[in-house]
Amino acid sequence: MDFWNALVLLSNFVLIPALAYGSQLALGALGVTLIYAVLRFSNFAHGDMMAFGTMVTILATWGLQSAGISLGVLPTALLAMPAGIAAAILLALGTDRMVYRFYRRQRSPGVVFVMASVGVMFIYNALTRLFIGTSDQRFEDGARFVFRVSDFKAWTGLDQGLALRTSQLVTVLVMIIVVAFVFWFLQKTRTGKAMRAFSDNEDLALLSGINPDRVVRITWILAATLATIAGVLYGLDKSFRPFVYFQLLLPIFASAIVGGIGQPLGAIAGGFIVAFSEVTVTYAWKGVLRYLLPEDLQPDGLVQLLGTDYKFAVSFIILVVVLLIRPTGIFRGRVI
Amino acid sequence: MIFFDRFRVPILYAGMAALLLLVGLAQSWQVMLAILNLCLISAVMALGVNIQWGYAGLFNVGIMGFAALGGVGAVLTAMPPVPAAWAAGGINLGLTALVIALFLALILFVRSRITAYRGPVTLILVFLAYGVMRLFLDPASDAIEAVNSAAQGYLGGVGLPILIGWPVGGLFAAAAAYVIGKIALGLRSDYLAIATLGISEIILAVIKNENWLTRGVKNVTGLPRPVPYERDLQSADWLISLANRLGTDPTTASTIAVRLAYACLFTVVLIAILWLSQRALHSPWGRMMRAIRDNRDAAEAMGKDVARRHLQVFVIGSAVVGIGGAMLTTLDGQFTPSSYNPLRYTFLIWVMVIAGGSGNNWGAVLGAFVIWYVWVIAEPAGRWLMELVTAGMDPTGFLRNHLLEGAAHLRPFFMGLILLLVLRFAPRGLIPERKGR
Repeated sequence: MDFWNALVLLSNFVLIPALAYGSQLALGALGVTLIYAVLRFSNFAHGDMMAFGTMVTILATWGLQSAGISLGVLPTALLAMPAGIAAAILLALGTDRMVYRFYRRQRSPGVVFVMASVGVMFIYNALTRLFIGTSDQRFEDGARFVFRVSDFKAWTGLDQGLALRTSQLVTVLVMIIVVAFVFWFLQKTRTGKAMRAFSDNEDLALLSGINPDRVVRITWILAATLATIAGVLYGLDKSFRPFVYFQLLLPIFASAIVGGIGQPLGAIAGGFIVAFSEVTVTYAWKGVLRYLLPEDLQPDGLVQLLGTDYKFAVSFIILVVVLLIRPTGIFRGRVI
Repeated sequence: MIFFDRFRVPILYAGMAALLLLVGLAQSWQVMLAILNLCLISAVMALGVNIQWGYAGLFNVGIMGFAALGGVGAVLTAMPPVPAAWAAGGINLGLTALVIALFLALILFVRSRITAYRGPVTLILVFLAYGVMRLFLDPASDAIEAVNSAAQGYLGGVGLPILIGWPVGGLFAAAAAYVIGKIALGLRSDYLAIATLGISEIILAVIKNENWLTRGVKNVTGLPRPVPYERDLQSADWLISLANRLGTDPTTASTIAVRLAYACLFTVVLIAILWLSQRALHSPWGRMMRAIRDNRDAAEAMGKDVARRHLQVFVIGSAVVGIGGAMLTTLDGQFTPSSYNPLRYTFLIWVMVIAGGSGNNWGAVLGAFVIWYVWVIAEPAGRWLMELVTAGMDPTGFLRNHLLEGAAHLRPFFMGLILLLVLRFAPRGLIPERKGR
């Protein structure tokens, strides 16, 4: 019984939240890694691209809500997401045309692209703030829970309860669908193969007649789509605040690097590694240990390894450890 | 055009001075001096970034963290100590320091004895040290924060003049940069950028949460000042007679006098750092740095110790940023960790260096002046622009009010635009680096 209580407690506060958070990071990191694979730079504007797409989605959600349209138990934002994705794609393609294409033609060094992405980050940030401000926005609607703590306790008779929020279930399901689609696209379609060829060896790909502009365009479309989906899911799960999205950049980069930069599979694995480490390290283990340890070994403190405010430190430590021990990441990606 | 190229530096600086004078004449001298003071501080920080990026090509986007550490240096130097807090938590804090020192010695000892698995062993020891340290730090922190928590709740500083806090702030930043550089400088550009971005967030998290050190988000206010207070000046005879002669009231005159005094102090620091930077840049050391920046492999083949030079320049640049951060905290008279954000304290400084001309100290300083000026006028300019755009709209309409409210957010927009335009059309900046010297 104690074991089950501990397991339920762990699931409620560690496993399920980390699974949802990991899915969001994985989607974000997938976008970063695709851009790195094809365009060969770390896109500092990715966090703000997520914020922009989410912002448009929120505005569309409000529009739908005032028109009285909803998805029943599911959040309305899912219905509004295509609008956000379309806006983000337009923004990304416009940015590429106005900013990055010039440097690509010049064959500028990577650091120039990174600098330019900092400028782009400023502009995206301003756009988001201009439309929606800097304050917290909650836009989750529909049924908040799939099942609640009290339901779970009634079913199982355990002391500890488990709740599954709609946003968490939606996050994981959407992540699985999107990732499956991206992998199918990269592995099976002609365009996906062209992208992988371009990423492996640019010159050879050009020689075999692959249109570089098209590959770049598709990459931006994928990255903007993934960024918006990740941003909306994160916003549904927690809340939307532009600055928090900028700060997500660090765990997202950490995920991409841990998995191996330029490796889509690595980005997914990296997202979950970072999320699970972050949540387990900042979780206060006292409650779980109370069930598992005998009476005389009970801990006095909270057994929290690191305060929640230090969660960035976790991403950073993972990053440093990987770079020191295995710079290519788990899936043997590139070394910048 | 040739004339302009030859006298580019004086012309641009004269233009900048004219812009500042314009503010003084059109608006008021207080506002002009307020802008000037922040220009001077920004210039110091921009010199620090230029040392790292312009001399050595290190892409450090953790400027915010070093600036905040400089502020901590100023606070810990200048604030009076809190004896009750020392009495409450001093012993445990001492033990914490002892634990850190012991583990540091242990790590160094172990590392000198083993050759294999150095990294993993070090990591394990670091985690172990963290665990043991927490045993002493947690009770110390709780006890200290309980001491008169509304007004104090921290250890206080050592009560020295705040001017000493400026080099101390630089030292704090340099010490942090040494540790960070040891870990992260082996990384190539993109990794270094991501790592430093993370480090600055961590430094800020520590400053915000370790209340025993800097009161965290409760802020430290009422820092001692290196210049007299306005209310003391207002009763001074010489100021009253001066104000009468200049035809202003003593209140305005005292504000101007205080800001002018700050401006003098900052100018002295800026000129000292600028002079030292110029000397360093035109010395064999500077040439070696540029050689490493332009072709790392060739420099390494010539026997230059690239890793060591990078660490050196990273520490020096961060120290300069730290001095700037300490000056900023001094000017504010308070330390507010929650006011630090990367857009304002990291990326804005970067825009200054890129726009001014990376690799050229005069350029970095000019860039700091110009960009800070633009940053300040961007808000009224944005409002004016928005009023122009919305002039035909319904004055009570939602869209018009929303857009007018949003005018403040145009600041980052202008900054991003400037950065992109400079990168595209003048990648070497307003005052480009001189070649072949």
